[in-house]
Amino acid sequence: MKQGLFEIIENKALNDAVYRMRLQGDVSAITAPGQFVNIKLAGKYLRRPISVCDKTGDVLTLIYKVVGQGTGQMARMTESERLDLFTGLGNGYDLTTAGDAPLLIGGGVGVPPLYWLAKELIAAGKQVSVILGFNTKDEIFYETAFRDLGAAVTVTTVDGSCGVKGFVTDAFPAQYSYVYTCGPEPMLKAVYKQTKTGGQFSFEERMGCGFGACMGCSCKTLTGYKRICKDGPVLTKEEILWED
Amino acid sequence: MGRLSVDLCGIPLDNPVIPASGTFGYGYEFAELYDINCLGTFSFKGTTKEPRFGNPTPRIAECTGGMINAVGLQNPGVDKVIEEELPKLKTCFHKPVMANVSGFSVEEYAYTCARLDKEPQVGWLEVNISCPNVHGGGMSFGTDPKAAAAVVKAVKAVTKKPVLIKLTPNVTDITEIAKACEEAGADGISLINTLLGMRIDLKTKRPVIANVMGGFSGPAVFPVALRMVYQAAHAVDIPVVGMGGVSSPEDVLEMMLAGACAVEIGAANLVNPYICRDIIRDLPAVMDRYHIKDLKHINIESTGE
Repeated sequence: MKQGLFEIIENKALNDAVYRMRLQGDVSAITAPGQFVNIKLAGKYLRRPISVCDKTGDVLTLIYKVVGQGTGQMARMTESERLDLFTGLGNGYDLTTAGDAPLLIGGGVGVPPLYWLAKELIAAGKQVSVILGFNTKDEIFYETAFRDLGAAVTVTTVDGSCGVKGFVTDAFPAQYSYVYTCGPEPMLKAVYKQTKTGGQFSFEERMGCGFGACMGCSCKTLTGYKRICKDGPVLTKEEILWED
Repeated sequence: MGRLSVDLCGIPLDNPVIPASGTFGYGYEFAELYDINCLGTFSFKGTTKEPRFGNPTPRIAECTGGMINAVGLQNPGVDKVIEEELPKLKTCFHKPVMANVSGFSVEEYAYTCARLDKEPQVGWLEVNISCPNVHGGGMSFGTDPKAAAAVVKAVKAVTKKPVLIKLTPNVTDITEIAKACEEAGADGISLINTLLGMRIDLKTKRPVIANVMGGFSGPAVFPVALRMVYQAAHAVDIPVVGMGGVSSPEDVLEMMLAGACAVEIGAANLVNPYICRDIIRDLPAVMDRYHIKDLKHINIESTGE
């Protein structure tokens, strides 16, 4: 973990609720796709954890959805403003288990961390397939960005307004070597049930500190209690314990 | 002895700054960030007889000027703390540590304290009596002077280490509980634990915290904490450790002027993990500004001019 000041070099709406923020600063602590940063916002006590969408040179890309006061405040920030970030938080995805044809599945704002992951896997010569799940056409973002990387992209929408009608599980290919996924918990659970190979699942929880000190975001797993912020957010399929 | 040094129940501290239990784990997340030997000491994660997962999530809520937590004493249990956590801590912290203990019966408190009494790394036992008493209808030990005294007596009987009783602020009269602990033989008291609070999510129209309520802490509670430390310190003759919303060197000095001999820092560690190191670094300059020569006699000599 590293604390640093980052300068906003872009903060742009991708659709009605989803924004992309590009920040310049010391990104050296960020070592794996699937990690997150924790952002200090003026007037807010706790930091806001946001997953890393991409890292290029000294530029960090975050994609976030406005869901409350904190993210609302982020959306109103402008270029050249500075943010205090903790970087390099969380374990991130392990790329070594991907096999030849990994399947990446993102739901809503679970999509962003898969972008850098896809980039790394393609750079490593993998045949990457991506399923991006949204509720409706207007919510879709980054479909083209994934295609531009060279991934085979399938979009699903719950209302059928674009791509395959239904959920991400309605678009599973016949063959894949491994699954990497991030999204809301009901989606993760559905993906878990349908996954025939090994996989890595990225979870969300309300956090206190983001670096393992407060035990605020703990979950039970088959290999013991884990802190989503420090031992996660990525859990392997073998260790996940669904409680309900 | 430096000008920051103080005494806590007969054990010298290089400075009065002590990260509070539950915000500092067993130390090593912070040892990765800075040399934690700069601290006076720290109070490790509340430890119970049996391992505990704690409450269901969400356990954390944002508030103006602070946060609510309902972690529910997640810890690996005293056996694992002794077998695994303390040996790991030994590699990065070379001062006596404060062992924070919780329990749900008098027997549990005594068991856990007796185990930790044998650990040379442990300097003090800080006994959190804010937990519900399962044999007393679930009422917190810390809200009943008799139950609080029963815990103090049971713990004092099994240890030679100084025993600090950590008090809950969720009482009508803090002096009554403080006096009961003193009379029962406590070597010191620490306060305040968190204030019971809650938040409701307007979108779901349900409480944010799965457990409905939780403990409110952070800078917003500082004036309440300071008032209670002042009241307690004037009611008892044993040392008082002040805490609650402390976030700056100035807050540390206010707490000490109110009668605290040392100060714990909690929630602030979670938003700025370097805060204790920075407060220790900045204390001398702030003391100079207010003509405070040293911290040992801050409330009687240094402020008498």
